[in-house]
Amino acid sequence: MLAKRIIPCLDVDKGRVVKGTNFLELIDAGDPIEQAKFYDREGADELIFLDITASSDNRSTMIDVVRRTAEEVSIPFTIGGGIRTTDDMREMLRSGADKVSINTAAVKNSQIINNGAENFGVQCIVVAIDAKKIADDKWKVFIHGGRTETELDVIEWAQECEQRGAGEILLTSMDRDGTKDGYDITLLKKVTNAVRIPVIASGGAGTLEHLYYAFNDADVDAVLAASIFHFRQFTIKQAKEFLRSKNILVRT
Amino acid sequence: MIGIIDYHLNNLRSVQKAFEKVGAESFISDNAAELRKADKLILPGVGAFGQAMLNLQSLGLDTVVKEHAASGKYLLGICLGMQLLFTKSYELGDFNGLNLVNGEVKIFPSTVKVPHMGWNQVEIVRQSPILNGVEEKSFVYFVHSYFVEPKENVTLTQTDYGFKFTSIIEQNNIFGIQFHPEKSQTTGLQLLKNFSKL
Repeated sequence: MLAKRIIPCLDVDKGRVVKGTNFLELIDAGDPIEQAKFYDREGADELIFLDITASSDNRSTMIDVVRRTAEEVSIPFTIGGGIRTTDDMREMLRSGADKVSINTAAVKNSQIINNGAENFGVQCIVVAIDAKKIADDKWKVFIHGGRTETELDVIEWAQECEQRGAGEILLTSMDRDGTKDGYDITLLKKVTNAVRIPVIASGGAGTLEHLYYAFNDADVDAVLAASIFHFRQFTIKQAKEFLRSKNILVRT
Repeated sequence: MIGIIDYHLNNLRSVQKAFEKVGAESFISDNAAELRKADKLILPGVGAFGQAMLNLQSLGLDTVVKEHAASGKYLLGICLGMQLLFTKSYELGDFNGLNLVNGEVKIFPSTVKVPHMGWNQVEIVRQSPILNGVEEKSFVYFVHSYFVEPKENVTLTQTDYGFKFTSIIEQNNIFGIQFHPEKSQTTGLQLLKNFSKL
């Protein structure tokens, strides 16, 4: 059967891996290619690079990091941040990325999801959604790295992304991101119930139980985490052993 | 020499890199004359079936693949490249494939999440030299929304996604792998190594 995935997220700023708290305070955490190789060896199922500032300051993304990573790692990886057009997507995919993640560009021009899916296949189009709770059971979509509020409801937007041809949703709870208080299970559950495409949980992982709850209670397909792995609080192996002991199928 | 067919849909470097790792020489080309010189051909691919067939045809590469297969030389289709070997696909319409393997390409049922994305296991149905050293229930990386339904007995491995579908095929000199061996670490590399040694 299909295994649940563990995906370390490498937030990249000017070629270095950083991890913010609530998207604001950044701490340098290393070289992206070295980290990618390390996680590949350690048993990560996939990797995501997010160029966290590209979308807001008009900087185009990290072709060089993509090329070098494609040379060095043998697991799939996704690139996000600053991808605005299908030409940007093509450039990333041809440079060796397996998937591209779009966020701000998808909200501003949702046709890019259709065009990406038609040109490159749904399997490589990830739509990243930054969600912020605005009332009980209500979340709004934010863009520009979490700085700009939109009118979009998260659940409705996730469904529209699926209809337009997204292959996967990367769902980040802005309220939980960087807090280590656990993923927003209620939000995740709402979205996994609303779509048929895979959903990656993001924002808030602080313990191995948090990963388990996301799989078991919210039925996500993958969990994304940064700090708990980057600062070696846990290894990927420890995470997998724990999940296996809880009867979650993970890759050996 | 292994020829990797470039029909302008995606990056092929990871496939070539994987062959490098197992010590097999390969080249990437979109040129019919060059590809005709290869002893073995790889038809890789991600993307949509219809567009892939159009690209192959416009580059004159559909003929190259068919001639190669007819000559008895080894051919390996990967992911969409495997699906293209079949008679027909229902991906976003009705499209004819290369018709080297009898069967159809169908979408997953609505009971499962689509795309089928991530690490799943291969169950060996029939042994073959390409499976040498591949352990039962090894995890490999899949990403696809459609699966093949062969009409003949060509299945080497199957994979369980709520129901069992064909994940590796062999028909004489023609092989197909539904997952991405170049993204499947040791198991994937073992398969490519075995293919390179056929």
